[in-house]
Amino acid sequence: MKRFISILVLLISTFFLNNHSISADAEKFLETDWSFKGLFGKFDRASLQRGYQVYTEVCAACHSMQYLSYRNLVEPGGPEFTEEQAKAIAASFEVLDGPNSDGEMFTRPAKLSDKFVKPYENVEASKAANGGAYPPDMSVLAKARMGGADYIYSLLLGYEDPPAEIKLDDGVYYNKFMYGNKIKMSAPLSDGLVEYNDGTEATQEQMAKDITTFLVWSAEPHLETRHKTGFRVIVYLIILSILVYLTMKKIWSRVETKV
Amino acid sequence: MSDNYTPKSKIGKWFNDRLPLLTLANHLTDYPTPKNLNYWWTFGGILTFCLLTQIVTGLVLAMHYIADTKLAFASVEHIMRDVNYGWLIRYVHANGASMFFLAVYIHIFRSLFYGSYKSPREIIWILGIIIYLLMMAAAFMGYVLPWGQMSYWGATVITNLFSAIPFVGEGITTWLWGGYSVDNPTLTRFFTLHYLIPFLILGLVVLHIWALHVPGNNNPVGIEIQKPSKDTVPFHPYIVIKDAFALLLFSIVFAFFVFYAPNILGHADNYIEANPLVTPAHIVPEWYLLPFYAILRSVPDKLMGVLAMFSAIFILVILPWLDTSKVRSAVFRPLYKQFYWILVLDVLVLGYVGAMPAEGLYLLIARVATAYYFAHFLIILPVLGWVEKTNPVPLSITEPVLAGAAMATRQIPEKKLEINLKSLG
Repeated sequence: MKRFISILVLLISTFFLNNHSISADAEKFLETDWSFKGLFGKFDRASLQRGYQVYTEVCAACHSMQYLSYRNLVEPGGPEFTEEQAKAIAASFEVLDGPNSDGEMFTRPAKLSDKFVKPYENVEASKAANGGAYPPDMSVLAKARMGGADYIYSLLLGYEDPPAEIKLDDGVYYNKFMYGNKIKMSAPLSDGLVEYNDGTEATQEQMAKDITTFLVWSAEPHLETRHKTGFRVIVYLIILSILVYLTMKKIWSRVETKV
Repeated sequence: MSDNYTPKSKIGKWFNDRLPLLTLANHLTDYPTPKNLNYWWTFGGILTFCLLTQIVTGLVLAMHYIADTKLAFASVEHIMRDVNYGWLIRYVHANGASMFFLAVYIHIFRSLFYGSYKSPREIIWILGIIIYLLMMAAAFMGYVLPWGQMSYWGATVITNLFSAIPFVGEGITTWLWGGYSVDNPTLTRFFTLHYLIPFLILGLVVLHIWALHVPGNNNPVGIEIQKPSKDTVPFHPYIVIKDAFALLLFSIVFAFFVFYAPNILGHADNYIEANPLVTPAHIVPEWYLLPFYAILRSVPDKLMGVLAMFSAIFILVILPWLDTSKVRSAVFRPLYKQFYWILVLDVLVLGYVGAMPAEGLYLLIARVATAYYFAHFLIILPVLGWVEKTNPVPLSITEPVLAGAAMATRQIPEKKLEINLKSLG
């Protein structure tokens, strides 16, 4: 049994080794405390609400979030705006609806059930407006990048003047965390860019942390339930394992051999 | 086997005379199993659990998934966000595939260590290899369904392998795609096949177990035993409870991945919707296919690479005839035991270099490891059977079991053997 477990542990750890060596990057990501990591990780509600503010005031100019609906802002485990707040947020956007009974398309204020309004009609339009680069949809961005939250946080704060030997074209910026170091998005954050409703000081780091938290939630809206359920499931399995182990010992005691 | 079993109740007897299900149930519960089976033998049950988990979660996913290149990615996000516990079902299914392969690799390497593939169990082994092949096909096609970047480009790379076949290669590839590139027809047929294959596997699993129940289980000592005898225990409750315990421990590992690291075994790029115009920097298959991917890339010629990759699997089919040793268990084969662990290491190395870019030192390592893989089966195993001096094998399980497991790895003193022989007359 002991040997069995030690071999198993060895095998599983090789797995992780393998995975880590792939993601090993030249530049080490910046470190910050994430409240959503760990066994009991939860989102910082206030940070999520500020993160939404950063998204809607800064990122949303170019980046869509097509898989999110305004109702998600109310749901438990998310920013948990009140229903009134979320309705007000939704109503500030216009969506195209129809056709009506006259066969005409019309616009109306968005409702909770509507998806987040996109900044551009389609990918081509977004490319045309951004020098040929497509600002990626941000709904699952935190899962679509190696390094996840740490990567996004680092990238937002990773803008620097390029080293002397690198010449940048117009509309290309230097970022030490970007793959290949060249990025077509200009530094999106600067101190005091937004004025937080809750009075928090809007430093670059604060905004980067808030928007990243918001993106992790949008990629993984059930993260809190997952952590909570996971803990219960594992505790349940451990208790059941102990009971079954004792039962097994009892049953096998009739046979003169070890299990 | 208890062929002369008769149910006690009248209705039971009436039913059993027409369809002997109760005889089957009786056979399964009474099935004499070697009592010295260690925990490496619990993975058969674990694998059955994995298969059923995949089928059940897959059924629910199929109710919400849409096999259409324009909608597939969004439908997966719909499952993750809006379907009740959709995130749980999908994460169980996705990580379930990894757990399935983890278990099957342990199961295969257990067989390699204890010589379970040898006569009279060749058919069980070959059925197992077919199941393993089908598992790889199912897993590969399943990975294509979310229609992310790795789905699309993985599908492109793997289906393109068939174009290496001389003369008809291009035609076959077009036929597989249902067009001139991986596109909607490819996705819909992959979905259909992905749904079908698990049921084929289920059928083969029944045959696999049936074939197992003819000679009975091999065991760590690797000797044929009298069944039933004092070397065996009835399957129920002894093996059932032990399998259940092992399954629970396995489930804890499974649950850890599902709840706390659900994406660690996948690739981040698969959360980017497929884009035929943008090739990812590194196209890598899922971890469980990496050793074969390394073999494929270690051969400079495309056709030869494809042949090498498929041979690496098919060589396992003839393994029972490549291994010439009369002794089954590695416990009594001092040399084979060492080569066995070298092979394990070799496959892990292949898996590692399979995840790395095929260049420089990695490529060199991949080539050496590939050559060794084939040498193990084609040269080392046949030769070993002739030259290896094996340790004396006990005549019954009771001997090493009573003396403790440690005895089995040491030489059995000559005297004891003699006594054993005498007692047998």
